[in-house]
Amino acid sequence: MENITDIKKYFINQFDEFEKSLNGEKTSEFHQVRKEALSNFSKLSVPTQKDEEWKHTNLSPLLKHNFSTLVHKENVSSEVITNFLFDKTEHSLLVFVNGIFSPELSRLIEIPKGVVIGSLAESLKNNHPIVKKYLGKYAKDENLFFTTLNTAFTKDGAFVYIPESKVIEIPIHIIFYTKTGSEKIITQPRNLFVAGRNSQVTIIEHYISDEENIYFTNAVTEIVADQNAIVDHIKLQEESKKSFHIARMEVDQERSSNFSSHLISHGAEISRNDFNARFNDEGSECILNGLFMIGDEQLFDAHTMIDHAKPLCNSHEHYKGILQDKSKGVFNGKVMVRRDAQKTNAFQENNTILLSDDAVINTKPQLEIFADDVKCSHGATIGKLNDEAKFYLKSRGIGEKSAMAILINAFAIDVITSIKIPSVRNYLENIIAKQFIG
Amino acid sequence: MLLEIKNLHAKVEGNEILKGINLKVDLGEVHAIMGPNGSGKSTLASVLAGKEEYEVTEGEIWFKGKNLLELNPEDRAREGIFLAFQYPVEIPGVSNTNLLKTAVNEIRKYNGEEELDSIDFLKLLKEKSKLVELDQKFLSRSVNEGFSGGEKKRNEIFQMAVLNPKLAVLDETDSGLDIDALKIVANGVNKLKTKDNATIVVTHYQRLLDYIIPDFVHVLYKGKIVKSGGKELALELEEKGYDWIKSDKAEIVA
Repeated sequence: MENITDIKKYFINQFDEFEKSLNGEKTSEFHQVRKEALSNFSKLSVPTQKDEEWKHTNLSPLLKHNFSTLVHKENVSSEVITNFLFDKTEHSLLVFVNGIFSPELSRLIEIPKGVVIGSLAESLKNNHPIVKKYLGKYAKDENLFFTTLNTAFTKDGAFVYIPESKVIEIPIHIIFYTKTGSEKIITQPRNLFVAGRNSQVTIIEHYISDEENIYFTNAVTEIVADQNAIVDHIKLQEESKKSFHIARMEVDQERSSNFSSHLISHGAEISRNDFNARFNDEGSECILNGLFMIGDEQLFDAHTMIDHAKPLCNSHEHYKGILQDKSKGVFNGKVMVRRDAQKTNAFQENNTILLSDDAVINTKPQLEIFADDVKCSHGATIGKLNDEAKFYLKSRGIGEKSAMAILINAFAIDVITSIKIPSVRNYLENIIAKQFIG
Repeated sequence: MLLEIKNLHAKVEGNEILKGINLKVDLGEVHAIMGPNGSGKSTLASVLAGKEEYEVTEGEIWFKGKNLLELNPEDRAREGIFLAFQYPVEIPGVSNTNLLKTAVNEIRKYNGEEELDSIDFLKLLKEKSKLVELDQKFLSRSVNEGFSGGEKKRNEIFQMAVLNPKLAVLDETDSGLDIDALKIVANGVNKLKTKDNATIVVTHYQRLLDYIIPDFVHVLYKGKIVKSGGKELALELEEKGYDWIKSDKAEIVA
């Protein structure tokens, strides 16, 4: 694909075929939303490095490919999926293969009445009132190229609804598994997680694939934390190193809600994450933590925005990056403290370790403060592994690789210690170790 | 012979610091290396441990019949050399236990032994922490992070106790210690001393040698050992100061 009009034309041309694949579902109310999105999409242009928000991220490697929106049902054995589960932890499991819900690989544990954990396609078909109320309300897409594309081609994804006062103690592990074949495909999961008043839930979004092949994941996740709700969200991005991963997460927080997000990312040739959290009322807390580990010529880009629209809210953001080879990282952390948002506490930090001379990080904290009684801070550090510490470890008989692994783990650990599930932390520690000792 | 240093020359950042050291250390011996500031004492300790900034330009070091200069720092440690650092490094996020477990098992693996399981390892830690009167809480804390000067030095001796080296090199282990901490550290070193290992104590002051009695004392000055003797040499230095050596040396040169 040579230029930007091509990719647009390409997707617009695929829409008819896509519509056919929806069968009866195209008569649903939501289909009108898809059509509107497609019409918006036709007016937008592909982001380029001339756009401030995409200044350091060149999408041309992505634009070289034709990705088919038509995916066929693939059979995947449960043994394959088992490799990606967390040991010794009971959890509900939702598996999506190439973006389509796979009930035979999924299992739900102890689901109280009224709770929905399942496929968005199913709930769209049934016109679930919560889907109707919230879907597309937060990930507004008038001028966002990839979000609009996702909305136009929304077919399936995870839908979780926790009604008022229900506490789901067992984590929900959602796996998006891409099985690549001869055709390059695009999958566009659309997720909606709604936690009602006083409810509590832990959700793990996990992106994986079968082989190191080329494909494109364009995901959108909307999260609503209603009054007093506690939502812990973990996203593991372990896609193929040749794939492209573009994702947007929109979080809406109502009064006294508590939301935490941990992003651990080491896959994809290009990975772009837009995280936006909004405090819609007072007394809430938001944690955004991230850890990205990349090498070769991988690019990782996180654009986050925490909107302190109301007073008395706290946000803590901490992103860490470990970059090898010729990889490139981008961190843009925006914190908006609006005029009414007095007594805001907002803390942001970004630390990066560059393991090679060719690795690059672009980090930009962006604080916009319009209230006068607030506590806000930000900081960024870029460094190398401490040679003194490495020699100290070696002088105790610890070899090069283990010394590296120990020091990298020590660097990374504080952004994952706040994950409450020990087996998830163990899984992550293994990922960290594997990244650097092969 | 456990260690044999022959005509060792070394530079750091282009400056020649060691200018022909000769030293032999046998099992069961304690050697003290003394000397004024800047004489090359710590450089010698660092060269033995394999610190990369130090470039050996001439000479040989043989350890257990192996050419030490051909071994990387971790293999030197695995062969049985232990350096107690003058300034132990703080490593946030790495617990003492984790460091030692990895070290013990990599050393065992190198020597063709099976790894210790968690129970045996914890037993070992408990036993050795008593030796240097180290509170158990230090085991789970990050290596040296926020430790006082005395705690850091004690932690070095604790690590030495766990790793059980053939040759321990204590680099200014007495610096920054009050008398109580000094006694505890010295006591630990003495308890670890056997017929089957050796110790090199690098120090500026005689004070430590009241507690760790050396078999041999060597005086290092301007990168060379200018005088060797028994423990009485240390006392003589204490009494007369290093100026005596300096002028004596001047005479030799003259």
